Amino acid sequence: MSYRKRRGSRIRPYTFTGGRTRSRHPLMVQTLVSTADPSTDAPAKLMPESQRIYRLCRETRSVAEVSAELKIPLGVTQVLLSDLAELGLVYIHPTITGNSPSENQVLERALRGLERLFQ
Amino acid sequence: MVSNDFSSDIPTKMSTKIVIAGGFGAGKTTLVGSVSEIPAVTTEAVMTEASVGHDDTSATPQKVTTTVAMDFGRITVDQQLILYMFGTPGQTRFWFMWDDLVRGAVGAVVVVDCRRLADSFEAVDYFETNRRIPYIVAMNRFDGRLEYTADQIREALEVSASVPIVDFDARDRSSGGTVLKTLLRYALSNSPVAAPVG
Ligand SMILES: Nc1nc2c(ncn2[C@@H]2O[C@H](COP(=O)(O)OP(=O)(O)OP(=O)(O)O)[C@@H](O)[C@H]2O)c(=O)[nH]1
Ligand SMILES: [Mg+2]
Repeated sequence: MSYRKRRGSRIRPYTFTGGRTRSRHPLMVQTLVSTADPSTDAPAKLMPESQRIYRLCRETRSVAEVSAELKIPLGVTQVLLSDLAELGLVYIHPTITGNSPSENQVLERALRGLERLFQ
Repeated sequence: MVSNDFSSDIPTKMSTKIVIAGGFGAGKTTLVGSVSEIPAVTTEAVMTEASVGHDDTSATPQKVTTTVAMDFGRITVDQQLILYMFGTPGQTRFWFMWDDLVRGAVGAVVVVDCRRLADSFEAVDYFETNRRIPYIVAMNRFDGRLEYTADQIREALEVSASVPIVDFDARDRSSGGTVLKTLLRYALSNSPVAAPVG
């Protein structure tokens, strides 16, 4: 996964992934996350924000949804989720980008789904 | 009991993303909302902006914090696949946000308000210049008025010959769905069919 060069802009984000995402799985706004073991409580040592994320992710949702539901800015959400994933507490689901031929069948499924939903 | 190997006990769900871009007020949020199964959600990203000139209102004069809102919607395609639509912020000074949103997207829709063509030029130019992801142009016919043909739009906005241009009504669910289908078909026809990497 290559990171595109940013356009020359005088505004620089300190949020978003900003190089801190060490996880091997890309953690994009659309990436789904879920608590690895929904039956356990959040470890007490976690920061309160991380505990809230842990609990919310008992049901699978996207990074953007976690951010919106907990009102935590996107970049912060990404960093906290990345740390939770490093600890093995949160599972990061595959994100389909269409960059490899092997993903085509997923995109075809998406198209068939849309054809069914929007007739 | 519970296993740490969660890849085996969590049914694999996956997601994918389409970017809804376009000029200020072109109908991006309206399109996201009309095709989404949930009301369009707004989320915020906070960023620093290097202040230019003498900004003495801040304790740290080098930097100003800016909050950028973007909205998104969701379509559950099937039990395992969720498609998200992300609307870009309208103001072009937030280009870097576009980069973050575009990264990993299967494609983009540039929504064009046909009454204000010039406002869409930068958005089209972004995708023509970067060419990272397939995009299509969707002309939002406000109140049923469409003052230009697709060919005229293509010429005015310098849209490549291969890029589909469709017209639609951003408020209409079925019309919005057709736009998404057009994009996916185009992305699939354009996809890397085992082409050598490089
Ligand atoms: N009459 C009519 N109004 C529309 C249509 N599409 C959008 N609008 C209205 O136009 C205005 C702008 O639409 P939005 O969907 O908010 O546009 P946007 O591109 O998200 O705007 P920004 O995020 O501010 O750049 C809103 O008041 C919409 O209700 C349309 O097809 N017909
Ligand atoms: Mg909007």
